[in-house]
Amino acid sequence: MARVLVVEDSAAMRAFVRAALEDESSHDPIEVTEASSGFEALRLLPRGPYDCVVTDVNMPDINGLELVNFIRKSEHHKQTPLIIISTQASERDKQRGIALGADSYLAKPFEPEDLRMLVRAHLDKRARR
Amino acid sequence: MVDQRDEFISEAQEIIEGLARDLLALDASVKRKEGADHELINDTFRAVHTLKGLSSLFGVARMSTLSHHLEDLLDEMRLGRVELTPKVLDVLFRAVDVYGQILAALRAGEPEPARSVDELLAELDSSVSRPQGGSANPLAEYDLDPGLLAVLTEYEEHRLRTNLQQGVGLFVIRVRFDLATIDGALDNLKSRAKPHGEILTYLPSGEGGDAESIDLDVLLASRQSLDVLRTELAGPNVQIEAVARRMQHRAVSEPPVTTFGGEAPRITTPPAAPEDTSLFAPRTQSGKEGFSGTTPRQAVSAVMMEEEPPPLVDVPRPGLSIRGVAQTVRVDIRKLDHLMNIVAELAIVRSALSRITDRVRGAPELRELGIELHRLHRGLDRHLGDLQSGILEVRMVPLGQVFDKLARVVRQISREHDKEVNLVITGAETEVDKLIVEELSDPLMHMIRNAIDHGIESRRQRDDRGKPETGTIALNAYQKGNHVVLEVQDDGAGIDEDKVLATAIRRGLVTESETAAMLQRDVLGFIFMPGFTTKDGVDELSGRGVGMDVVKTNISKLGGVIDVHSELGIGTKMTVTLPITLAIISALVVVIAGRRYALPLASVLEALVFDPATVRTIEQREVMTLRGATLALCRLDAFFGLPRPASANSSIRRFVVVVGVGNHRLGCVVDQLIGQQDIVIKPLGKSLDGVRGFAGATELGDQHVGLVIDAPAIVEEILAAGDASRLLGARRPTGATGGEA
Repeated sequence: MARVLVVEDSAAMRAFVRAALEDESSHDPIEVTEASSGFEALRLLPRGPYDCVVTDVNMPDINGLELVNFIRKSEHHKQTPLIIISTQASERDKQRGIALGADSYLAKPFEPEDLRMLVRAHLDKRARR
Repeated sequence: MVDQRDEFISEAQEIIEGLARDLLALDASVKRKEGADHELINDTFRAVHTLKGLSSLFGVARMSTLSHHLEDLLDEMRLGRVELTPKVLDVLFRAVDVYGQILAALRAGEPEPARSVDELLAELDSSVSRPQGGSANPLAEYDLDPGLLAVLTEYEEHRLRTNLQQGVGLFVIRVRFDLATIDGALDNLKSRAKPHGEILTYLPSGEGGDAESIDLDVLLASRQSLDVLRTELAGPNVQIEAVARRMQHRAVSEPPVTTFGGEAPRITTPPAAPEDTSLFAPRTQSGKEGFSGTTPRQAVSAVMMEEEPPPLVDVPRPGLSIRGVAQTVRVDIRKLDHLMNIVAELAIVRSALSRITDRVRGAPELRELGIELHRLHRGLDRHLGDLQSGILEVRMVPLGQVFDKLARVVRQISREHDKEVNLVITGAETEVDKLIVEELSDPLMHMIRNAIDHGIESRRQRDDRGKPETGTIALNAYQKGNHVVLEVQDDGAGIDEDKVLATAIRRGLVTESETAAMLQRDVLGFIFMPGFTTKDGVDELSGRGVGMDVVKTNISKLGGVIDVHSELGIGTKMTVTLPITLAIISALVVVIAGRRYALPLASVLEALVFDPATVRTIEQREVMTLRGATLALCRLDAFFGLPRPASANSSIRRFVVVVGVGNHRLGCVVDQLIGQQDIVIKPLGKSLDGVRGFAGATELGDQHVGLVIDAPAIVEEILAAGDASRLLGARRPTGATGGEA
């Protein structure tokens, strides 16, 4: 079973992402772990490993970019696929996210299918490695 | 998907309430001519930002469009490109209202209110003004290290630049946190750092030595000296360093390590980051790709510590893991109603158990079993009581929720009316049943509109009367036993009793001779009559076809009562007394034809001994005279079709319970008064939905299950609606049902 960590400060958004990822009768179901802040993500990361991390950008205290940077620099999680979801689909943020090592950038609003396909693609890629 | 949508609506509601609170705080700071609090502005930005994301995901198009525009505006505002003026605030307050309308429409399953959104959007553009005189961000020369900037959001970057521009010093606090306790420890650090400056961001770095702790670099802008900060924020795992500006090193082509300010001590590189460089390293060498090599984590740690980090003091506790993360749960209030219902069912089971216990104890051969059963019963009784109060507690929310809304209304109305009004709130923390809070906001809003419109005088009048130009409306809430008292008090003109009486006489509500004996309470009671106004013209504010009678009806529906006191020239005080919860009500327990019934106390006015000699029959209906007024009577046993027990004797003393609903009064004849009791009403169930006259069933004392009488339904049935809008009693009851044959 693949494990995905979703970092997002809006509960409704987390529920949406969870539904998007778990709503699938796949041979390889996804288990979603929710973090409501960057700090919670930091706390949950050691409980991993996670096969993919999906994070929002605009969060109080530790923002998503800082989280991406942290994960990419960390010994244990630097290989973990990272997907940024954010309404700030401005070029600036997108570039920053990618430059910091995020694998994909998905602009809100998105269709559940889009996120599901994206996560699947990263999971498959990882499995092939 | 339904659950998700509910989740969306309730989260949006919370965000909008928070937004309204922030706007009020901003309004206050603008009024005090202080600069607007940038943290508050950022909070408002985050609110609409989240709303935008949510509403677009859930396909709520207008809300998404509105949020999008507001987000743009607030984004520019937090980046200092747009000024926060009272005009902009007005629009933002309007936006809160429009959000409320959209949510209301969503809840009702209706389309979003397109027009109000469009109007607001049109107004958004016209209200924006940008600061004059050059760019608000002339800080390009600061040229911060791109590695640091790479992880900052645009807003964080703006705050950093703003602070540097104002000459505020920059410090890095490196803290090691135990992951299990990071939330509390971080809040502690935040609250200690806040008085000294602004926390710009938190950069997590490395992973500490183990999986149980983490190092954080906290970027703090502060006007304090390094020494002061080191003293104030000292802790076992805390190191603080000052960060120098790159400006000072621009000309220096030395290795980019000497980055401290005046005191520039020797730098020891922390072991975790061997290839450290300066936070503000020149980017000449690497150009565009520079920051891929210079990460913020390395950059910041370069200027961190003079000594090695002291050893961890907190012992990692692997057991303390992710639990305790989510400390609140949203619950549909219907689920709580359901639980309360089960408690009521259990109370009925308890009654049956109690009866059996008594029987067993009465049998000598079962004595021991009886004692044991009795003990079990007592335990059940206690736990059931705890369960009931526990559920009730969950339903409680602070009145502050509705008060915030009122503060906005006061602001808006006083502006429309050109009256300065100061709203003073006490007791916002007083807790009331969630359902009551929701139903309260409209009546309270109306009372406050009234107070501003009819109560508070114009500036000139106030000046003439020697009152301060700014009027005061006090909104007080406090708990009194099982009730909550709400007062709306103004220091305005007061209600002119003579004027009220004159209007009442003119409208035929009372005769001149009757007025002589009336108390102030009775006179002021006229303002709760439908359509009653002493004003000649219909006023835009209060005269929207809704009068104090509607307020009174709404309050009564919640089981509350409203009272008014007024002194001419001094002010008016409206007092609303409400039950704390709708789930438990106070009732008068009566006996009718040998059975017990509960009459909700909210509709009971008084009880008196029934004197058959005073009964007259008018138009085939029994009436009696009570203090000079005619009171229609209803013999409840006959009304319910109950057979009189054979032992019934007309000489036995009976009672009249006077119930009042709106302006109508009815005397209910009952056999016995048992007393007052708090009861939990349980609905009768679907199959008995059509039965009128009963609000439900309840457990009455130890052994009785009784029906709860629906007084309003009976009054309505006995007295035809629209009849006799006399305050002091219905003169011509016309109902044909009930009564004794």
